[in-house]
Amino acid sequence: MTELTIKIAGEAGQGMQTIGSALCRVFKKMGLYIFANQDYMSRVRGGNNFFQLRISDKPIYCPLQKSDIVIALDKKSVGLHQTDIAGNGIMVLDKAEFGIVKESKVFFNVPFHELANKTGGNDIYINTVCCGVIAGLMGLGFEYLEGVVKEAFSGKEEEAIRKNLLAAKSGYDFTKDNFKEDRFKINTVGARETLLMNGNEAIALAAIKAGCKFYSGYPMTPSTSIMDTLAHFAARFNIVVEQAEDEIAAINMIIGASFAGARSMAATSGGGFALMVEGISLAGMTETPIVVVDAQRPAPATGFPTRTEQADLDFLISAGHGEFARVIYSPGTIEEAFYLTIKAFNIAEKYQIPVLIMTDQHLADSLMNITPLDPHKIKAQRFIISRADAKKISGYKRYQLTASGVSPRAIPSWINDVIYADSDEHNEEGHITEDAQMRVNMVEKRFHKKIAGLTQEIEKPVAFNLEKAETVLVGFGSTYGVLKEACERLSNKKFGFVHLPQVWPFPTAELSLLLDGKSNILTVENNAGGQLAKLLMREAGIKVKSSILRYDGRPFNLDYLIGRIKELES
Amino acid sequence: MEINDFKSNDEITWCPGCGDFGILNALKKSLVNLGKEPKDILLVSGIGQAAKLPHYIKSNCFNGLHGRSLPPAIAAKIANRNLSVIVTTGDGDCYGEGGNHFIHNIRRNVDITVIVHNNQIYGLTKGQASPTTDLGYKTKVQVNGVILEPMHALEMAIALGCGFVARGYSANSEHLCWLIGEGIKHKGFSLIEVLQPCVTYNKKNTYEWYTKRIYKTEDDASYNPNDKIAALQKAAEWEERIPIGVIYRNEKDSYEDKSGLAKNIPLVDEEIENIDISEALKEFI
Repeated sequence: MTELTIKIAGEAGQGMQTIGSALCRVFKKMGLYIFANQDYMSRVRGGNNFFQLRISDKPIYCPLQKSDIVIALDKKSVGLHQTDIAGNGIMVLDKAEFGIVKESKVFFNVPFHELANKTGGNDIYINTVCCGVIAGLMGLGFEYLEGVVKEAFSGKEEEAIRKNLLAAKSGYDFTKDNFKEDRFKINTVGARETLLMNGNEAIALAAIKAGCKFYSGYPMTPSTSIMDTLAHFAARFNIVVEQAEDEIAAINMIIGASFAGARSMAATSGGGFALMVEGISLAGMTETPIVVVDAQRPAPATGFPTRTEQADLDFLISAGHGEFARVIYSPGTIEEAFYLTIKAFNIAEKYQIPVLIMTDQHLADSLMNITPLDPHKIKAQRFIISRADAKKISGYKRYQLTASGVSPRAIPSWINDVIYADSDEHNEEGHITEDAQMRVNMVEKRFHKKIAGLTQEIEKPVAFNLEKAETVLVGFGSTYGVLKEACERLSNKKFGFVHLPQVWPFPTAELSLLLDGKSNILTVENNAGGQLAKLLMREAGIKVKSSILRYDGRPFNLDYLIGRIKELES
Repeated sequence: MEINDFKSNDEITWCPGCGDFGILNALKKSLVNLGKEPKDILLVSGIGQAAKLPHYIKSNCFNGLHGRSLPPAIAAKIANRNLSVIVTTGDGDCYGEGGNHFIHNIRRNVDITVIVHNNQIYGLTKGQASPTTDLGYKTKVQVNGVILEPMHALEMAIALGCGFVARGYSANSEHLCWLIGEGIKHKGFSLIEVLQPCVTYNKKNTYEWYTKRIYKTEDDASYNPNDKIAALQKAAEWEERIPIGVIYRNEKDSYEDKSGLAKNIPLVDEEIENIDISEALKEFI
């Protein structure tokens, strides 16, 4: 086989993620390409969650609908996931333990409760037994698993390693003895160096590289692992990670830290972002650079806390009362999330504005083994009055009127003068004013002039096969992968796509050029309103033929999207 | 430094006779006494009459959103601990709109000084009840008199273990100047609530009303501000006699000490153009 999808399903707390992570490490060692996504409920125990792992000998970017191997860790999973087994696939289950007597040609019965108890002494070892089963089904050499088990338990007691190895071997041997086919044998690829990470980790690492020194946030799924990752590295890079009492505090904190001169960021999801909105406006008014991540999840209100959606597009474009410049990036891949986060910090500081990074649960949580990031590709660039130059400043005006709308920004205590920043309308010194002409000058500074500059720095849309394409799919954010694979898979070459890594300022000129003469344009969006389609019309006068919308809280997968495209084309 | 070094050219928009003038003068004097330079002071405020004060002093100023004076203040201090960060806020801004930040920043204990101008009324919105308006006081909104229990902010602060809790009176500038100085010198979150008559909208808590009731805790030799229970009782005194002075002292480690921040170079002094993350990336191999 050239590719394989494995799904591990069970109750929250049964360790699907543990098995999934261990397998990722095995496949990573083999040089295979990995795309792993999680589907989990908003609970710590019970329910039904799954970890889906797609591997291939060629680059892959999205999940598939059906799995070749489904591991059912509990009885409920057997019923829930039977319809998602691929044509040649199987379901691994423990029939005796689940009390299942009926036969099915897709069942591969493994007494994993018995094996776990025999080798490890209790049910905890089921995870390791299952890893052995999968390695056995795929006909892998046991040494891959052995290495990963040893790594995973390094620093733990010898006894734990020994028992886990025994458990893995029992699952492996049982499978070798009882499953004599090689239909899950995957092509090998030469070992290559990759990084295994998800979108949130990429954003956190980029923030470190970009010189973020202060992070504040209130934990909110699916953004929380950005905070976790930064906290993990905070001491090494002299970064302060402060858990706020609420999101209002978080955004006002990052504005204060940034005013003082430290690059600052917050991350949240839609509900938390809603609380931050007045702060976004404050950053616009006081011209304080900040970076805020909205890892979207289905709303309104609490919505589906652990699932995915792209319905905050309209909200983010207009979030914050009044008119001021902002930038919104919408990365489509883990790599793009990394590089755009560094750019976000640079642009925020250069234009003294809020920059928003809009992701979603699908990008935040999906794991890929990417080719190593180049930490030298984009540098952290500073746009402040340096400490050395600060000494020469006198008669400082924080909001000095300039052609670009950007005033030289001093850091408090670095200059001998003082700095006034105000959320009230203010004059060039930063003092409160009621003057009509000054109001006009300041609005033009914060809004028109900055937007004019930002329009020159738009992150270009990514286009694929547009010359030949009769139908063009357009998306933003995490749909990049599924658009790419769908266009490649629909081999008659009449499909192309455009991915927008930046949605504000809207890439009007770029899109007008790219989509010129195309009459069959479809937006692909994880929302119910077709928000991107409306934006295309409003900002660029581009009319789409239709929109493929998914708003059940689940990400697009390749089979699903192709099915929807074919429905429209027929 | 002299008083004139802290002079701002911005026009003052408070009503004549406003208690805020006394606070402004006391703060300026206190900064002179402490030998601070304008460039090393950051005044942070939200919205309200108190929030305008930073414009009337020559110092760095961040005048943010209503109720949100504390979050930017503590974060600016964390970013650059060489700044002396002082918050000028009011009973509406700090106890009403920003109540949650008041609670949690006492817990956080970053080394800032918070001056709450308490005039027991909303001035800027023209005379509605504030969280500290006395029971029964009639306004255009509370037409039958206030029925909500006043917020006992000093007692709350003491209950939360705040390191420095004081009350001043805007008409006693010298005493207030001393209190502010003590607050700034205190390492950690210090709270100074200032009784400040609103000459336009508060017809009950007037200069005359206060002058009859106020006494200094320092005049009572037996009073020990380190005694939490005694401090709670002292802070609760109202109507008959009203204590001003240091109500509670509780020496403890600040956020800077506990977080380890004090050992590192200030965040703003970090050189960020060439941060090497290659070791961090290795954790993902």
